[in-house]
Amino acid sequence: MQLIPCPWCGPREQTEFHYGGQADVAYPDDPAALTDEQWAHFVFFRDNPKGPFAERWFHSAGCRTWFRAVRDTRTYAFLPGSSA
Amino acid sequence: MSTPEQPDALWRNPEPKKSYDVVIVGGGGHGLATAHYLAKQGITNVAVLERGWLAGGNMARNTTLIRSNYLWDESAAIYEHALKLWEGLEEDLDYPILFSQRGVLNLAHTEQEVRDAVRRVEANRLNGIDAEWLRPDEVAKVCPIVNVSGDIRYPVHGATYQPRAGIAKHDYVAWGFARRADQAGIDLIQDCEVTDFVVDGDRVTGVRTSRGDIGAGTVALCAAGHTSVLLDRLGIRTPLQSHPLQALVSELLEPVHPTIVMSNKVHVYVSQAHKGELVMGAGVDSYNGYGQRGAFHVIERQMAAAVELFPAFARAHLLRSWAGIVDVTPDASPIVGTTPYENVLLNCGWGTGGFKVTPGLGQAFADTIAHGRVHPLLAPFSLDRFVTGALVDEHGAAGVAH
Ligand SMILES: Cc1cc2nc3c(=O)[nH]c(=O)nc-3n(C[C@H](O)[C@H](O)[C@H](O)COP(=O)(O)OP(=O)(O)OC[C@H]3O[C@@H](n4cnc5c(N)ncnc54)[C@H](O)[C@@H]3O)c2cc1C
Ligand SMILES: [Zn+2]
Repeated sequence: MQLIPCPWCGPREQTEFHYGGQADVAYPDDPAALTDEQWAHFVFFRDNPKGPFAERWFHSAGCRTWFRAVRDTRTYAFLPGSSA
Repeated sequence: MSTPEQPDALWRNPEPKKSYDVVIVGGGGHGLATAHYLAKQGITNVAVLERGWLAGGNMARNTTLIRSNYLWDESAAIYEHALKLWEGLEEDLDYPILFSQRGVLNLAHTEQEVRDAVRRVEANRLNGIDAEWLRPDEVAKVCPIVNVSGDIRYPVHGATYQPRAGIAKHDYVAWGFARRADQAGIDLIQDCEVTDFVVDGDRVTGVRTSRGDIGAGTVALCAAGHTSVLLDRLGIRTPLQSHPLQALVSELLEPVHPTIVMSNKVHVYVSQAHKGELVMGAGVDSYNGYGQRGAFHVIERQMAAAVELFPAFARAHLLRSWAGIVDVTPDASPIVGTTPYENVLLNCGWGTGGFKVTPGLGQAFADTIAHGRVHPLLAPFSLDRFVTGALVDEHGAAGVAH
């Protein structure tokens, strides 16, 4: 089974984790000021690259912290040292 | 129907011309069907560009379930349009596709699932779609090998039943469309990856490919799981996320399974192909992926679910498993229609369930291209709905249920 590098627990089996999608999607500073289009982009629109992708992961069956990691969506390999 | 005698070639292997009226990107089921229905409209200066071999993507990898029992009017309309076309497709293509209307059972395992399922049956009937609610004993009559006893973890409380649902032979469907498009003079060009677009203001005048630049009057994107890669070149953002979706088959068995059974709750669906292998699938792998492979624990879970529902399968052997790359959207409905580029049309987001729509999409998308306006059956599926909020939320009917 694929091992996912938790920054706190080290490499653990994939089934211990929950996927959180694209990382670094910041909550808008002033949500009320957003146009419908900007709001749609915040809620629904995400990058979908073929290659390195910065993602959020939740170690749900372990230390229960969220972290960020970069994974290549072609090979599924986590970039060494990218978990934080 | 028996397997057709295959001639040496079903289509030519032409060199790309300098330009075409219509360039279709992606030679899967949707691209090939669109080409066939364009030819029926008299539009034949058309190329289908395929990066690999024809129909080697999701078209080669899907589990071929065809049904139209979706909840919302918008979905019911396009899927039922497709189902009606399936019913006459062998004659239209003059090619056997092994379309077999053996019906589909969507099992309900909880009180809430029962309420939702009965509501969907009523919604289907209002849309003129054949749908019935069956009690457990009636489920057992349709499919005697389903475990309807009360002593399993998720007892079967009943099921929706669509008798006109079915399966078809995916490769024959693709070849049938390809053959007819080729006969009409449309160029099917394999080993031809579109890598970029030639842009002039708000128009795209051509595509850059691994076999050189090709001019285009209209560009129609039918690239399924790879759509985002192409749209990134045009700077168009969407909510699409590409995921691996796996399926598997058992060894060949005697005919034991007369219909299709799906369960959202225990997360598996099963049919038996003409040759005798059990065909099973479940949900997508959780993370984004372009690898055409998935994780084995997903397969393990769906086998556990299958054995729970079908104790008779406990000793069947897994023969092979595989994955495709499916383009999923937040509301489990497709994205079809116009883009900020006036001559670029989009068809994507069919995710885990776009085989069943192949003739319907091909017909309506070709009509869209031919008439320069979005076909009414496709209009509800615009990219714009994520801004207006007019989502077509089909998670209940789509779920695991491709
Ligand atoms: C395991 C699995 C099971 C499924 N089961 C079902 C089911 O039971 N029922 C159902 O209705 N649906 C099912 N689906 C979904 C269905 O297969 C898809 O929705 C449908 O096939 C998508 O349309 P398509 O056939 O055109 O896609 P594809 O066959 O994937 O065609 C897209 C084509 O575009 C090509 N392409 C991509 N990028 C480029 C480029 N840059 N240049 C040139 N060509 C390019 C690809 O190589 C590919 O051949 C399943 C999918 C999978 C993976
Ligand atoms: Zn941890």
